[in-house]
Amino acid sequence: MTTQAPRFWRSIPQRYNLLGTHCNICNEYFFPPRNLCPNCRRGAHLESHAFKGTGTIITYTTIHNATEDFESLTPYNLAIIQLDEGPRITGQIVSSREEVKIGMRVRAVFRILGKEGDRGIIYYGTKFAPLIEPGCQGREKKKSGPG
Amino acid sequence: MRSVSIVGVGCTRFGERWDCSLRDMIAEAGVLAIDDAEISGEQIDALYVGNMSGGRFIEQEHIGALIADCAGLSRLHVPSTRVEAACASGGLALRQAVLAVASGYCDIVIAAGVEKMTDVSSGTAADALAAAADREWECFFGATFPALYAMMAKMHMRRYGTTHEQMAQVAVKNHHHACMNPVAQYQMEIDIEDVDSSPMVADPLHVLDCSPISDGAAVVVLAPSDIARQFSDTPIKIAGCAQASDTLALHDRRDLTTLDATVHAGRSAFRQAGIEPRQVDVAEVHDCFTIAEILAIEDLGFVEKGQGGKATEEGWTALDGEVAVNTSGGLKACGHPVGATGIKQAYEIALQLRGEAGRRQVDEVEIGLAHNVGGSGGTALVHIFTR
Repeated sequence: MTTQAPRFWRSIPQRYNLLGTHCNICNEYFFPPRNLCPNCRRGAHLESHAFKGTGTIITYTTIHNATEDFESLTPYNLAIIQLDEGPRITGQIVSSREEVKIGMRVRAVFRILGKEGDRGIIYYGTKFAPLIEPGCQGREKKKSGPG
Repeated sequence: MRSVSIVGVGCTRFGERWDCSLRDMIAEAGVLAIDDAEISGEQIDALYVGNMSGGRFIEQEHIGALIADCAGLSRLHVPSTRVEAACASGGLALRQAVLAVASGYCDIVIAAGVEKMTDVSSGTAADALAAAADREWECFFGATFPALYAMMAKMHMRRYGTTHEQMAQVAVKNHHHACMNPVAQYQMEIDIEDVDSSPMVADPLHVLDCSPISDGAAVVVLAPSDIARQFSDTPIKIAGCAQASDTLALHDRRDLTTLDATVHAGRSAFRQAGIEPRQVDVAEVHDCFTIAEILAIEDLGFVEKGQGGKATEEGWTALDGEVAVNTSGGLKACGHPVGATGIKQAYEIALQLRGEAGRRQVDEVEIGLAHNVGGSGGTALVHIFTR
């Protein structure tokens, strides 16, 4: 991960709080934030929107062979998640391989994503964990995957 | 717009070319193509070169001027332009060259593609390739290129019942074709068991589902069709030339089992050529992963959506099938020096249409197609060729 400090710093609101945009004309939500709506191709009607962070796994994979930055995490789960407001996002799933499946409900969690050696920047951001819907009895299962 | 034809072709051997630099390879392919067209440097009006990442792979940018220099054209001051669209850089160079001739601005134009990938470690190469994905919103979270295609595969399997055995058959077929191609990187047969037992990269894709890291260069020479016979007894007409784009990140696509850029570029190219997909005899499609060939034959309209795996299993895309797909061995087995791939596809189709493809020659070839994809589908190019 060769991100430099200003580059990461600029995206902290989105990475920490899932801050995106909503187009008032088209009523469509976007993550990451867009400067122009791809429907009406205008920017004046975009407002900031903080996503709830809950969503559903659309598809996933388990990565066994990663780039150098993520090699120590392998094997790890990566998925495309559809947030409840509509937009999709790519993220790691902190869960065992056996547990992950298409259609699984997840929620955003705040985690370390990477670091630049022992003295460099530590990158924080969003991963996703299994969601226990309200009304379900019992506590959330203990985290067993990489996280 | 003027009709454009290919009047000369050249291609280096693809593979781990530790004995060759980028400069050596582009000169080798260029000389082959120029000799094939029997032209001299004075006749060349412009060059276009596809190169994805000279900056990352050999710490060299400004590839346009470099290849003009290597080709011995620096003293003629021939304009030379490098174009980039990740793994579709070669196809894009071909399209820019076609547009230059079709518009009447130029007559003789070189379309080249080159990539030197083995001067860096495989980790550095993988990271350079990952730049074709969305660095901020895919790679930052740990996505790799195989992982993106693995997620498309997973969804295709669930929605259409595609099996890993069907995907593996793509690799088996393309290795078989590569055995008959002297420029191919992997001239060896494999079977489905070999694919299944190779190490897992990103579930369900194994090592042998993935195209390799390769070095190589390819060059084609273009001329207006009305004077093409001055240079070649067998000019190949470019009957369709189309390009389309889509979102950079896979997660933003309309459908994760369709490359809409391929669908749009394909329809546009077929319309220009005035033909139907089923009329194509031979096609080079972008099989960066085995699932990608299955998606491509569906998205180009050769088979119905969801039937790509079954069609492959039944031999529909084999050398003697309805449409012979990836007779060169494809990206999988011929190799994938990313910037060169799109031009190598045109080279292979030209050989097939000329009847010069040796042991892998398909019978009675009238119409050929080349399909080149950038990234996970952010760019697609489709070219259609006829005699």
